[in-house]
Amino acid sequence: MTMSTLAGRLATAAAGLLTATAFALPASAAGEVNIYSYRQPELIQPLLDGFTEKTGIKTNVIFADKGLAQRMQAEGENSPADVLMTVDVGRLDGAKALGVTQPVNSEIINGNIPAEFRDPEGHWFGLTTRARVVYASRERVEQNAITYEELADPKWKGRICTRSGQHPYNIGLFASVVAHKGEKAAEEWLAGLRDNLARKPAGNDRGQVQGIYSGECDIGLGNNYYMGKMLTNEKEPEQKEWANSAKILFPTSAEGGTHVNISGVVMAKYAPNREEALKLMEYLSSAEAQQIYAEANFEYPVKPGVEASELVRSWGSFTPDDLPLTEIFAHRKTASELVDRVGYDDGPAS
Amino acid sequence: MTNATRMQPDKTGSFRVPVAEAAKGGALTAISRSDLVWLVFAGVVAGFMLLPVASLLVMALEPAGDVWGHLIGTVLPRSLVTTALLMLGVGAITLTVGVGTAWLVTMCRFPGRSIFDWALLIPLAVPTYIVAYSYVEVLNYTGPVQAAIRAVFGFKTSREYWFPEIRSLGGAIFVMGFVLYPYVYLTTRATFLLQSACTLDVSRTLGAGPLRLFFQVALPLARPAIVVGLSLAMMECLNDIGAVTFFGVKTMTFSVYDTWVNRSSLAGAAQLACAMLVIVFALLWLERHARRRQRFHVTTTRYIGLPSYRLTGARAGFAWAACATPIALGFAVPAWPLVDYISRRFEALADPALLQATWNSLTLSLSAAVMTIVVATVLTYAQRVNRNGGIRLLGRTASIGYAIPGTVLAVGLLVPLASFDNALDDVTERLFGFGTGLLIVGSGAALVYAYVVRFLAVAYGQVEGGLGKVTPHLDMAARTLGRNSLTTLREVHLPLIRPVLLSAMLLAFVDCMKELPATILLRPFNFETLATTVYNAASRGAFEDGALPALLIVLVGLVPVILLARTSAATFRNRRGSRVS
Repeated sequence: MTMSTLAGRLATAAAGLLTATAFALPASAAGEVNIYSYRQPELIQPLLDGFTEKTGIKTNVIFADKGLAQRMQAEGENSPADVLMTVDVGRLDGAKALGVTQPVNSEIINGNIPAEFRDPEGHWFGLTTRARVVYASRERVEQNAITYEELADPKWKGRICTRSGQHPYNIGLFASVVAHKGEKAAEEWLAGLRDNLARKPAGNDRGQVQGIYSGECDIGLGNNYYMGKMLTNEKEPEQKEWANSAKILFPTSAEGGTHVNISGVVMAKYAPNREEALKLMEYLSSAEAQQIYAEANFEYPVKPGVEASELVRSWGSFTPDDLPLTEIFAHRKTASELVDRVGYDDGPAS
Repeated sequence: MTNATRMQPDKTGSFRVPVAEAAKGGALTAISRSDLVWLVFAGVVAGFMLLPVASLLVMALEPAGDVWGHLIGTVLPRSLVTTALLMLGVGAITLTVGVGTAWLVTMCRFPGRSIFDWALLIPLAVPTYIVAYSYVEVLNYTGPVQAAIRAVFGFKTSREYWFPEIRSLGGAIFVMGFVLYPYVYLTTRATFLLQSACTLDVSRTLGAGPLRLFFQVALPLARPAIVVGLSLAMMECLNDIGAVTFFGVKTMTFSVYDTWVNRSSLAGAAQLACAMLVIVFALLWLERHARRRQRFHVTTTRYIGLPSYRLTGARAGFAWAACATPIALGFAVPAWPLVDYISRRFEALADPALLQATWNSLTLSLSAAVMTIVVATVLTYAQRVNRNGGIRLLGRTASIGYAIPGTVLAVGLLVPLASFDNALDDVTERLFGFGTGLLIVGSGAALVYAYVVRFLAVAYGQVEGGLGKVTPHLDMAARTLGRNSLTTLREVHLPLIRPVLLSAMLLAFVDCMKELPATILLRPFNFETLATTVYNAASRGAFEDGALPALLIVLVGLVPVILLARTSAATFRNRRGSRVS
């Protein structure tokens, strides 16, 4: 085969493949809703399945951990996105600030979701809350209550594990400290926490539980639902063992309760399937969907009257921090800068 | 010294070899029509490649807020050092391992050599984010290594013994070094095979021993090829986000994402990314500048079997170990936990979604790989048609996408593509009463486009190197015989550089299979590739569920990798066989 025929064939093949992939798109016909999601597909799939079963409306999903709001912004009026689902209030508010959302005023949704979990102007809605808790070794930590302030106490020196300080979950927590105590006090606190670290921050939240199991550290920071996921991991039973080595403490602070974050949803400004999108949002706030969130994902439902799962309840109850989420998340940038300034991710100063 | 090759000072030199003048296809003043068409075409192609970079520049011009005070005051001094150390460390490993093994398998005879010849490329198929996860699985407290240590010494907790922390800068250097060395191995090995046997023969006749031959002749001669491979490996360090995040290594790319996500300044992130590009440019320019007076052509078409050293005993054992170790570290160790997880998840094999994801990965990567070599050929050949410095610069600039963090590049691509789509939609709406909607954004075409921009560098260096070895005599002869630039390319160059094109295409294919950040952001609805399937699992902290697609990426990537080694080796064998008489 000569080069030119080889090139010719390859070019033909490429052209064919291009056309094939270019048109292998779902047409946005009636009876569909298009979802851009910062939430992991496995976590929202049970809900979407429930929605489709109930309404017959098909769901299409794109999942990414960054940039979806920018994609909606670039796509403009022709954007196929109907709703954007996020994992933290920062991105809900960020989407609103970027101008890619539209207000929704539904009596059903407003009835289901308490006012503190939605945007006063109706641009975003919280669907679940998750607490940023302390995982503590059952063996080596005797106390059954803890404060955020205490985390900076030298008694924990060399005993704390966390993931990167720049991870949005930690940024959320640190922002709440900034909101309560001001930048200067927060910086001192964060430096104290850094000095107590057992090692350089790394890994994910599950990795911190593993650190407790291995004896590397005595307490770790993480979201409550990871413990649920680990305790029920049938495929990797050793994760149950890790998780059983730790207990959950709901930290409080002098100013308030445990830091919580929300996962939530916004409607896209140019949603082509507005009606279906509204139905989805209403469904997600309903008792049925809230129950799925509780049972399958070990999160706390926002709808009053829907209970957390039995496992989650067994960890005890807690008082969430009552500072408005938007107020906390206004301090994200400061929190992120503090993490760099105290060299949090460099680990303990030796 | 490189005086074994034909050295021609270029414009800056004091004299010119007439042949090179003639090879330009006439003087600059009289560009033929076919040349002009080619140059314009190449300019358009380069424009498409540079579109996301231009878009990045535009983003960088937006007000960034007050992010720079913080960046300069606290972040950059450290992240610059971290990034430099990562690049230097990975550079050192890839250079030593890549060049060393390439020399061993091309110049020495020892047991297993013919297998190592292709097997050394295998780690190329393993994405860095997977290798990072896997190493943590193997080396952390609950992994097999530490469990064995505890069992042997009777330790209970990790506080009773010291064990190196893999999640560190050192760990990142180690892990990335051993999956990225094949870039250097591949390009260097090809050059060692091609290196004019005469040169080496002459050197040997002049009494050079194996060490002198290596350090004073072969190595300087292979420098352009080594640099191509090395710069790919080092740029990979620069754009990587998966492995460095997992290892907690705060490179500049890490700061780019912090600035964007946590400090809500996309403009600031774009500015930082642009600053990184400037550094890359500077490094590449410095290297080119340092060898600006050297020319590397093959002066003979006679490929004689290269002189080889037969190794026996301890030396053969050493050579064997030197080749086996990188394969074990870059492939076997990271593959092991994957296999272990899969053994508990065989039912996942029957998942139709997995088959679909495999198909998506294959078709996308193949389309993108073909497009990549087409673009690379168009751009590199343009340099040959006209040796204008501007054209050369344009070509090299076009392949800079590799150094841009993937998600940032994807956002850079979204803006112009969506603007185009929306403008087209407007026009058709007005003219025909129906809109085209978003034609490219959210289609496979956008993904292919992104891949070509990202991985052009992978193919570009190879194709440029391949064309560079074809002596300008041939262009001159073809032109004398009445061929224009297009027919010369088709009839003379393409057949000559076919092995290079094939290897460039396979390399781009493997990189596309591994690509993650751009795929995530630009993909259509309900669209998964193998890489995004791994990512879905890893993003909810359940890497074990992504083991199967992860291993599939490696296995699918292995096919071209093996092909790669086999075809190029076969080509050289055939040529040698047919020419020696």
